[in-house]
Amino acid sequence: MSVRRLLLALTFFVILSSSAFALQPPAGQSEFVPVDSVPVADQLPAAPLLVTAYSFVWLAATVYLWSIWRRLNKVEDEMKALAQKAPRR
Amino acid sequence: MRRVFGPLAALTGLMFVGAPFMVARAPYESSMGLVQKIFYFHVPSWFAMFTAIGVCGVASLIHLFRNSPRADRIAEAAGEVAVLFGLMGLVTGPLWGRKAWGVWWIWDAKLTIALLLEMTFISGILVRKYGGPGSDKLAAAVGIFGLAVVPFVYEAVNIWRTIHPLTSVVPTLPATMGGPFWFCTAAYMLLLVVLLMMRVNLGKRQAALDELYLAYED
Repeated sequence: MSVRRLLLALTFFVILSSSAFALQPPAGQSEFVPVDSVPVADQLPAAPLLVTAYSFVWLAATVYLWSIWRRLNKVEDEMKALAQKAPRR
Repeated sequence: MRRVFGPLAALTGLMFVGAPFMVARAPYESSMGLVQKIFYFHVPSWFAMFTAIGVCGVASLIHLFRNSPRADRIAEAAGEVAVLFGLMGLVTGPLWGRKAWGVWWIWDAKLTIALLLEMTFISGILVRKYGGPGSDKLAAAVGIFGLAVVPFVYEAVNIWRTIHPLTSVVPTLPATMGGPFWFCTAAYMLLLVVLLMMRVNLGKRQAALDELYLAYED
């Protein structure tokens, strides 16, 4: 009878102690490992990326508009030059 | 057409000035935060590119089978404008990805096919510039090929495994995000129309100049 009680007590002890071990907090950091760069999540603020994206859209549209305007002016200048030449022939 | 152009251009400018205010008022996305707001410029630029490619492809088909100089001018203009919007998408995307994914670029299906599509239309411009006689027909073929690639770019995220957001993102946008998104999309579409009108006009003037040269030589 006493052996059975002892075994029961031991079983409960093992079960309870294992759950107590399982609920232990993770071990504290024992050493610091240096890395070459800051982790990505910490190093990049989003605002400059957002501003760059919007600025690029404006810049690209403006440059393209300017290129059309420049090409159109060139064509008009050539047409004028040709029109001036034509009557002299 | 000229009467419409001025108000249309002014409206486009106003919408592009107003767009950042709309975007600023949009809520933050839960996992990506502030950087997700690039979405409001990134996706509309691809929508505008696909529309420009649609115009280019249809005009190319007409030119290829009916030999229409007017359709050729529209195809040339739309192809050039498609490259501009594609460039906007290819620049704004990596700016978003750098923060959201931790890298500027990934060679996954969506991004790779999108880059190839951009290169296809750049090749169309190069063919027209350096291809010599008959290059307009070659460029038309490139335009049709480009149009055929568009569904693959759009559906790539649903066909292949990729970290790019799925196409289901846009239809399921809540109203607070959908409002600014569709406003920006409308601004891009107006910009597309304005640029197309200007570029087609340039092509028309260039054709007139060529005719003048021919008449002068005769």
